[in-house]
Amino acid sequence: MGAGHRHELYLPGDSPVHRLPPQCKLLAVLAFAIVVVATPREAFWAFGLYAVLLAAVAAVARVPAGHVVRRMAIEVPFVLFAFLIPVIGMGERVSVLGLSLSAPGLWAAWNILAKATLGVVASILLAATTEPRVVLLGAQRLRLPSLLVQIAMFMLRYLDVIVGEMRRMRVARESRGFAARDVRQIPVIARSAGALFIRSYERGERVHLAMLSRGYTGSMPIIDEMSASVVQWASALALPAAALAVLGCAL
Amino acid sequence: MHVPDGFFNAATSVSAGAVAAAGVAVCLRGARRELDDRTAPMAGLVAAFIFAVQMLNFPVAAGTSGHLLGGALAAILVGPYTGVLCMAVVLLVQAVFFADGGLTALGVNVTIMGIVTVLAGWGVFRLVTRLARGKAGVTAGAFLAALVSVPVSALVFSLLFWIGGTAPVDPMAVAAAMGGVHVLIGIGEGLITAVTVATVLAVRPDLVYGARGLSRRLVLRDADGETTVGGTPGGADEPAAPRGALRPFLLGGVGLTLVLAGVVSFFASSDPDGLEAVAENKGFLGQASDHLFGSWALADYGEVGGVPVGVAGVVGVGLVLLVAGGLAYAARNRAGSRARA
Repeated sequence: MGAGHRHELYLPGDSPVHRLPPQCKLLAVLAFAIVVVATPREAFWAFGLYAVLLAAVAAVARVPAGHVVRRMAIEVPFVLFAFLIPVIGMGERVSVLGLSLSAPGLWAAWNILAKATLGVVASILLAATTEPRVVLLGAQRLRLPSLLVQIAMFMLRYLDVIVGEMRRMRVARESRGFAARDVRQIPVIARSAGALFIRSYERGERVHLAMLSRGYTGSMPIIDEMSASVVQWASALALPAAALAVLGCAL
Repeated sequence: MHVPDGFFNAATSVSAGAVAAAGVAVCLRGARRELDDRTAPMAGLVAAFIFAVQMLNFPVAAGTSGHLLGGALAAILVGPYTGVLCMAVVLLVQAVFFADGGLTALGVNVTIMGIVTVLAGWGVFRLVTRLARGKAGVTAGAFLAALVSVPVSALVFSLLFWIGGTAPVDPMAVAAAMGGVHVLIGIGEGLITAVTVATVLAVRPDLVYGARGLSRRLVLRDADGETTVGGTPGGADEPAAPRGALRPFLLGGVGLTLVLAGVVSFFASSDPDGLEAVAENKGFLGQASDHLFGSWALADYGEVGGVPVGVAGVVGVGLVLLVAGGLAYAARNRAGSRARA
C-alpha cells in the first residue's frame, strides 16, 4: 500500500496504541467484545465503565472523538430497529410519555444499543490505529488460514482500484444524463456490474501472471517477523482484563 | 444489513461461528480445486468486485432502494466454493476495517450472508440449468437463484433469531417481516444478477463458472475446405431445440414461484402484525417522528393487518410471474435469433 491508498478509517500516528503489534490488538478487541456481549443487561454502570475504558484507549491513541463519532454512522439502521423493538415487542406493557411500550422490548433495545455501540467503537479504534495490511499479518499470526489472509490482502490491495473503476463508470453514466429512478434503469446498472466483473477478473489474471513471473509459488514471503513481547501482550490485554474485572464486579 | 454485537446471545453466536468456520474450511479446500494456485489473487479480486457491487444501489419501488447481497452472483460467476470464500472475506473486511457488523456476530453474518445465500443460489441455479439448457437457462437460473437466495437468507436469520435472539419480538412476525421485504429486494437482486450474468456471458462466456458446459466445440477448417470437429468440452450443448428445453424451465419456474409465494403468504397470513411491521419499517420510519410519538397507536394494529397481507401477496406473485416470464421470453428470443443466424 503506497501513498494515496491510505484507508479512510486509518489514522496515522505514533502513539503507544499504534505501536502495539497487531495480533495483540486484534485479540484484545475480540476479547473485549466477548466480555461486553456476556455482560447482563441490568448492569447499567458496567456499560458506563466499558465506555470509560474505550475513551481512555482513544485518549492514549490520540484518536479525536469526532473521528469515532462520524464513523459510527454505520450503526444507524440497527439503531432504528432498536427503537422499533419496544413498540412491536411482546410482554407486559409500561406507559412511557403516553406511549404503551413493551417492558422486555425496552430492555432488549437497551441491550442491543449498548452492546452494538461498544462493539462498533472498539472496532473503529482498532481500525484507526492499525494499518489494514498489518491487521491481516496479525490475523495470520493468530493462525487464521493463510489462504484466507492472502485473499483478504489481495482484496484490500485492489479495493481502491476496483471501486475507483466503478466510480469512473458512474461518472460516465451520469455525464450522459443517466439517473437511476426506477426499476427500468436496473439493466443499465447491471451491465455496468457485468463490465466491472470482467475488468476485475481480467485484472486478477494479469496480477497472477505478473506474480508468477516474479517467482510466486502459492504463498507470500514474510519479510518482517512480527513477534510480540510479554510487555506488549500485557499492555494490549489490559483492556479486556479491565473489562473482565468490571464484569466480575457486576455478576 | 449486518448483524451487530449483542443482537444474538452468546451461545448462538458461538455455534454460528463454528458453522461458519467449518464452511469456510471446506470451501478453502474446494476453491483450490476450482482455481488451483490462482486462488489467492483471483478470489481476492472477485471479493473486491463483490464489495464494490454491494455499493451499487438499485431502485426497488417507490423511492426505496436496496443493494446487492451478491452471494448468488458470486456462486454463478466463480463457483460455489470460491463464492463462499469471497463473501466471507468481504464480511471479514467489513467487520474489521469498516466496523460494519460486530466481531462476535461475524459467524452469524458469514453463515447468513455468505454460506446460505451461496448454497441456496447455487442449488436453485443447478436445478434450473438442469431443466433448461443453453444461455436462456443460465440467465433464467441466475434470476431465480438470486431471487430465492435473498428471502431464504432472511428466513434463516429469522430462525436464528427464534433460537437465540435477544429481543422479545414474536419470531413469526420477524419471519414474515423479513420474508416479505426480502422477496421484494430479491426481485431486484434477481434482475441485476440475471442481466449481469447475461452481460458477462455475451462478452467472455468462459468466465461464467455456471455456464462452463455451454462452450462450443472447436471446429477447424483447413485449406481444402475439410472441417474437423474438435473435442467436445461440454457434451450435449447443441443450440438446437431451445423451445423444447424451455418448457420444463417455464413449468419449474412457475412452480417455484408459487411455492415461494405460498410459503411467504403462509407466514404473512398466520400473523397479520408481521406485515404491518414491514409497513411501519418501510413507511413510517421514513416519515419522521410524527407517527412514532404522535397519533400512531397500537390499538388498530391487528385489524388493519389483513389488507396489506392480501395485497402484498397478490402483487408479489404477479410481479414475480411477470418478471420471470418476461425474462424467459427475452432470453428465448435472443437464443432463437442466434440459432437462425
